[in-house]
This record gives sequence, structure tokens and C-alpha cells, in this order.
Amino acid sequence: MREERFSIETTIANILIIILISTGVLFSAVTALGLVRLPDVYTRTHAASKSSTLGVMCILGGTFIYFWLIEDHFNSQLIISIIFLFITSPVAGHLIGRASYMSGIKLAEETVRDDMKEAVAKKKRQQ
Amino acid sequence: MRTNDVMLKTATKVVTFIILMFAVHIFFAGHYTPGGGFVGGLLTASAIVLLMLAYDIETVKKIIPVNYVMLTAIGLLIALSTAAASIFFNVPFFTHAYDYFDLPLFGKTSLHSAALFDLGVYLVVVGVTMTIIQTIGEDE
Repeated sequence: MREERFSIETTIANILIIILISTGVLFSAVTALGLVRLPDVYTRTHAASKSSTLGVMCILGGTFIYFWLIEDHFNSQLIISIIFLFITSPVAGHLIGRASYMSGIKLAEETVRDDMKEAVAKKKRQQ
Repeated sequence: MRTNDVMLKTATKVVTFIILMFAVHIFFAGHYTPGGGFVGGLLTASAIVLLMLAYDIETVKKIIPVNYVMLTAIGLLIALSTAAASIFFNVPFFTHAYDYFDLPLFGKTSLHSAALFDLGVYLVVVGVTMTIIQTIGEDE
């Protein structure tokens, strides 16, 4: 592969890899920023579970394309890990948010609406 | 209030099969790439632990009716007998052998007796990990 480093396909592959990996890094940085800046657990889980999932998926996709198009090695483990992260990470965020709501952690002061409170109260009344 | 964990249960149903498939892949890839019996066993145990988290221990016992202590014993027996089999061929203890075979679906495959030893390691790791976790999990 070394001698055709500057062919048009390699250039397109390199552009794709650069875009994917820099998007992933950007999203990971946004995640870290959100974890520091946001006011309460729920908004922080929101930041952590969404943008970091997309960031890591982009980095893994870039790595997959690098090994596939540049190194000629089709690594199926990377695809499996992308699917795995796509399934598990939002579920983990959901569970953390739900567990913290059920253990009574306060919402941020700026919150104007809490639908979950009514739902929980209704469920408690039913039992 | 009874917790509603339908999301965890649904995700578990999909994810457990991915983990088990990956565990088997890692177990068989151990000869040429990173992996092997230990990591494969730990991955299998973690898939079963995920099932136990999403459902409960009684349900998982019903799904997978395995006595993990027996599993550990069988694994140790397999590892020991793989090592001891070399004695019958008049070679030192723990000498492994391999050969090429023409399997119907896979074509020319090299089968190595170290894979049997690895199978023993795999069973022991699954058995020991699950025994520890089940013993801690049942609090009576």
C-alpha cells in the first residue's frame, strides 16, 4: 500500500478518517465541558450519554476505516464495538438518571417542569 | 414501588448474545491473536452477571441450570487430562501435539491439543467467577 499513498482513493480515505476522528475528539471534549458546566445530575447524564457515545463511535469508525482502507484489514470487532456502544451507552445513561431520580436527588433550580413527579405520585397512589 | 426496568431487560436480551458471541470468538482466536481461555471465560461470566443484574438469580438459574462448582471440577479435569495424555505417547508431561485436518466445512484446519487445555481454563474461570458472584449475591 505504501507506493500508492497519494492516489485519489487514499486521499479520500484520509479525508474521511480525519473528519471522523476529529469529530469524535470534538464531541468527547464537548462531553467533558458539559460534565463540568451543567448544573445537575440529569443534564450531566444527558451530556455524558449522548455526545460521548457519538464521539467514541466516530473515533471507532475512523479507526475502522483506517485499518480497512489504508492497512487492508477488515476488523469486525470495531463494528461490533460500535453497535455495542450504540445499544448500551444510552441505556446506561437512562439507568443512572432513573436511579438518581428514585433516590431523590434534586433537579436544578432552573427547572420549570417535572412530569416524572406526577407519574410517580400516581403510581404510588395506585398501590 | 415496583421499579420499571423494561429498558434494561430489553437491552440485556440483545447485548448478552453479542457478549457471548465475542467470548467464543476471543476463546478461539487466542492462539494467534490476543485472547484465550481466561479472557473468554471472564467475558462469558460477565454476560451471565449482566443477566443476573437485569433479571434475578433464580430466573438465571432456571435459564442456565449449571452447577458452577461442578463446572470448575470438569474444567480442571479436562486441563489435567490434556496434560496427562502426553504420558501415554511416551513423551514428557504437558507435551502438546498438533496436526492438519480436512474438516468438511472449514477446509484445511490445524487442530492443536492446547485448545483443549484452554477449554479447561475457560470452564474453570467461568465456574470460579460465577461461584464467587452467586455466593455473594445470595444473602441468606
